[in-house]
Amino acid sequence: MCDTCGCNITDGNKSLIKPDGKLAKTESGKEAITVLHSLLHENDHTAKHNREHFDQHKVLAINLMSSPGAGKTALLEATIQMLGDDLKIAVIEGDLETENDAERIRKQGVEAIQIATGSACHLDAHMIHQALHHLELANVDIVFIENVGNLVCPASFDLGQHLNVILLSVPEGDDKPAKYPVMFRTASLVLISKSDLLPVLDDFNPDNAKRYLRDIASTAPVFELSAKNKSGMPHWLDWISQQVRKF
Amino acid sequence: MHELAICQSLMSQVERIALEHEAQSVISIVIGMGPLSGVEAQHLKNAYSIASADTLAENAKLIIEFLPLRVKCNQCGSESDALPNKLVCKQCGDWRTRLISGDELLLMSVELAQT
Ligand SMILES: Nc1nc2c(ncn2[C@@H]2O[C@H](COP(=O)(O)OP(=O)(O)OP(=O)(O)O)[C@@H](O)[C@H]2O)c(=O)[nH]1
Ligand SMILES: [Mg+2]
Ligand SMILES: [Zn+2]
Ligand SMILES: [Zn+2]
Ligand SMILES: [Zn+2]
Repeated sequence: MCDTCGCNITDGNKSLIKPDGKLAKTESGKEAITVLHSLLHENDHTAKHNREHFDQHKVLAINLMSSPGAGKTALLEATIQMLGDDLKIAVIEGDLETENDAERIRKQGVEAIQIATGSACHLDAHMIHQALHHLELANVDIVFIENVGNLVCPASFDLGQHLNVILLSVPEGDDKPAKYPVMFRTASLVLISKSDLLPVLDDFNPDNAKRYLRDIASTAPVFELSAKNKSGMPHWLDWISQQVRKF
Repeated sequence: MHELAICQSLMSQVERIALEHEAQSVISIVIGMGPLSGVEAQHLKNAYSIASADTLAENAKLIIEFLPLRVKCNQCGSESDALPNKLVCKQCGDWRTRLISGDELLLMSVELAQT
């Protein structure tokens, strides 16, 4: 197995693996093997390989995550429309049961690969790797990966993306970062989506959402936007262009 | 439930180790996990009983070691305990902290039997 991948020793377990640490011996005298590998070792290696594919083609990969129905596909549709020909986009769709989301993206004139794996609750690096081998990356600037709508499972699986964008839609309530800290801690950017509903759903306070995010030590910027009335969209598009330039 | 996928990956690692060491069976498997690992211990145990069936680890005991949640403050430098949704510095109250332990999900060790 690979001992140099660096996935094994962290500050937290360092003290447990000193030669006389509690893992070194076994009372029964049978053979005890110290391993210290992430349980997601294989996935993480494939993710690293995917990242090399993206890097080779100078493609920025953005993983979109949210609860079901928070507006990921609607955001992609609006983004593609508003960006026009400025940046070339491709999309990997993780809507596992139907082709609906991929069809919606193709209608915008953008290549979309549907990952068909049945009823998984998250995408993993192997699925992305397969999709990548069907995607022409040569002239692409950004690949968006629409993950499965789920605030739990996708957080555990690195796909090889460069950035995570998490949508928190107004109808869901502003305390989601406190309820799903593992997911929200991965965010490079948090989008409060469906902001057109803020006037009607006035118990959603964007400042509370920000406060909950800071409580989990997230430095992610927070933007409000609506794919429906397009408010806040320019801010998001600027962020994308900035990330592409930085990349 | 992603715990099943994770357990299947665990079982393939464990079986590979057992084969490398020419073991006949696996006696125990020690997992280290923190509160921010993204995995529920109970879900992991349930998934384990499914994933371990018909493997060399069929009768192996799954031992879970819970690792502490600790943060280091970027402002005042002190280290403190934390809660999954409250990762602020206990010393100065600042939110700009760095996790130093608590998001691990590790296969720590396996105990093998040669007979
Ligand atoms: N009011 C309002 N509704 C929106 C907005 N964006 C999306 N919706 C609606 O929310 C519903 C779900 O939108 P989708 O874009 O399909 O959401 P999704 O996150 O892709 O959903 P899944 O892929 O199924 O997880 C649809 O009925 C959209 O019309 C918005 O900005 N404002
Ligand atoms: Mg969708
Ligand atoms: Zn490849
Ligand atoms: Zn799951
Ligand atoms: Zn401090």
